[in-house]
Amino acid sequence: MDLHYLTAHELGGLLQHREVSAVEATEALIDRIEALDGRVQAYLTRTAEQALEQARAVDAARARGEEPGPLAGVPMALKDNLCTEGVRTTCASRILGDWVPPYDAAVVRRLKAAGAVILGKLNMDEFAMGSSTENSGFFPTRNPWDLERVPGGSSGGSVAAVAAGEAVYALGSDTGGSIRQPASFCGVVGLKPTYGRVSRYGLVAFASSLDQIGPITRDVTDCALVLGAIAGHDPFDSTAADLPVPDYRAALKPGIKGLKVGVPREYFGAGMEPEVEAVIRRAIAKLEELGAICEETSLPHTEYALPAYYLVAPAEASSNLARYDGVGFGLRVPGRDIIEMYMNTRSQGFGPEVKRRIMLGTYALSSGYYDAYYLKALQVRTLIRRDFETAFTKYDLLATPTSPTVAFRLGERAGDPLAMYLSDLCTIPINMAGLPALSLPCGFSQGLPVGLQLIGKAFDEVTLLQAAYTFEQSTTYHRRRPELGVA
Amino acid sequence: MPITTAEVEHVALLARLKLSPGEKAAYTEQLNAILEYMDKLNALDTRDVEPTAHVLPLHNVFRDDVARPGLPRDRALAGAPEASEGQFKVPRVV
Repeated sequence: MDLHYLTAHELGGLLQHREVSAVEATEALIDRIEALDGRVQAYLTRTAEQALEQARAVDAARARGEEPGPLAGVPMALKDNLCTEGVRTTCASRILGDWVPPYDAAVVRRLKAAGAVILGKLNMDEFAMGSSTENSGFFPTRNPWDLERVPGGSSGGSVAAVAAGEAVYALGSDTGGSIRQPASFCGVVGLKPTYGRVSRYGLVAFASSLDQIGPITRDVTDCALVLGAIAGHDPFDSTAADLPVPDYRAALKPGIKGLKVGVPREYFGAGMEPEVEAVIRRAIAKLEELGAICEETSLPHTEYALPAYYLVAPAEASSNLARYDGVGFGLRVPGRDIIEMYMNTRSQGFGPEVKRRIMLGTYALSSGYYDAYYLKALQVRTLIRRDFETAFTKYDLLATPTSPTVAFRLGERAGDPLAMYLSDLCTIPINMAGLPALSLPCGFSQGLPVGLQLIGKAFDEVTLLQAAYTFEQSTTYHRRRPELGVA
Repeated sequence: MPITTAEVEHVALLARLKLSPGEKAAYTEQLNAILEYMDKLNALDTRDVEPTAHVLPLHNVFRDDVARPGLPRDRALAGAPEASEGQFKVPRVV
């Protein structure tokens, strides 16, 4: 049996019935990583020893007759912008280097309490700024479906690991599409929960009004299971909403008869690959066949979301990244005085895209330009939110492509920042409005996965997951695996 | 050209970044291309539109003012490039 390609709920069942031990499962995943990661390059840091220790603890608990829960003993991995006590956290940046956090992120603490086995830390675009994982300060990750293509980004290591069987599931973060776009490129399920659904304590901040942590899994059931494990209020994150967390997995009942689904025409614009559009249209037809009422609609301010986002997110980033000054942690490059020390440290520590966004954000916030750029972008953000509010008076869900294209080739967009930014056209508006959205496998184009994006009402992940589950149960795309040339 | 090389230099100083001549030229060109794209936003009349800084209806979120254990000093300093006498050490400021 290929333990590495089981889903968390399948493996969790075997563990609960003592058919497999957590140590066996963990060893299988460690072997898989050893065999494959030289080519996929998903991991920045591997923690095999710690993982085996966690696995032994779960096995010991079960041997004592305890049942630590469905995720206990299931090997997973974390995007490297989630703080892990005692394990280096780099954000794929030279400026953090070998920094070892003195505490766990809230989501890490919750997963450890649920018995998770943590295999390591996954590659990403530096500070989560990018759409291809080529902006990693260390090395690019490759798409398991075609090693000459990007896995998407910024959570490229997370999705590549899940798609290649190098982790049963992973956590990522999504500021403008960084979970969903790579999930689409690598044929896995990726959820960006509602802003406020999951605590971000211990997530290295990029753009605080947009960032959200979410699960990357091989099917919708796992997505529900992992969301349930990480969601909920946290006094350490004032934006983590004090709302009850539903039992997402129990809520997964197939059936979308009568569900009203809007299909916004602006998401099928210029730049979309015709074959991707055909796959998405077929997926929407499938939703109709399953009983949903799908109807074309309009979100008229969609085209303004991208320019507004690239003012808001860099502005917040320029402020958040001011903390990397060579004083508290990470890299320090000496200088004649403190200002020169700051400048030397930041210039050598940050990569080109991070510097570009700091420059853009600093410019947008600087005296004389604040109203013209930053304030204007915040006003446009209101218009984008209102588009969604209006649509959701009529519809339960919206369905769109996750990305206008399949995974592109390494290097193809690296020299043109604006072309790279356009990769996130279909995902950015959702972060601007704070809504939950997921990408799920819905077909293939040129042999590469295509993702369908479903967008829900704020804090209504249940409807989102139910619709995704219903679609998944009547299709087999999520069961296809890339051919990686190893058993 | 909304942004000149001199402005790029000024913004870099504000952001505490030291740019090479090559970076200055590249960022001037790239930021201009990006800002030109942003001008699209001026097509929208936003005179009476409230800005959205944040999507949640939250303002100040307070906790009770009760002392709790925090991160011990030695662990807070453990990642510092330079520490001395229980404090972060920096080059001379004044």
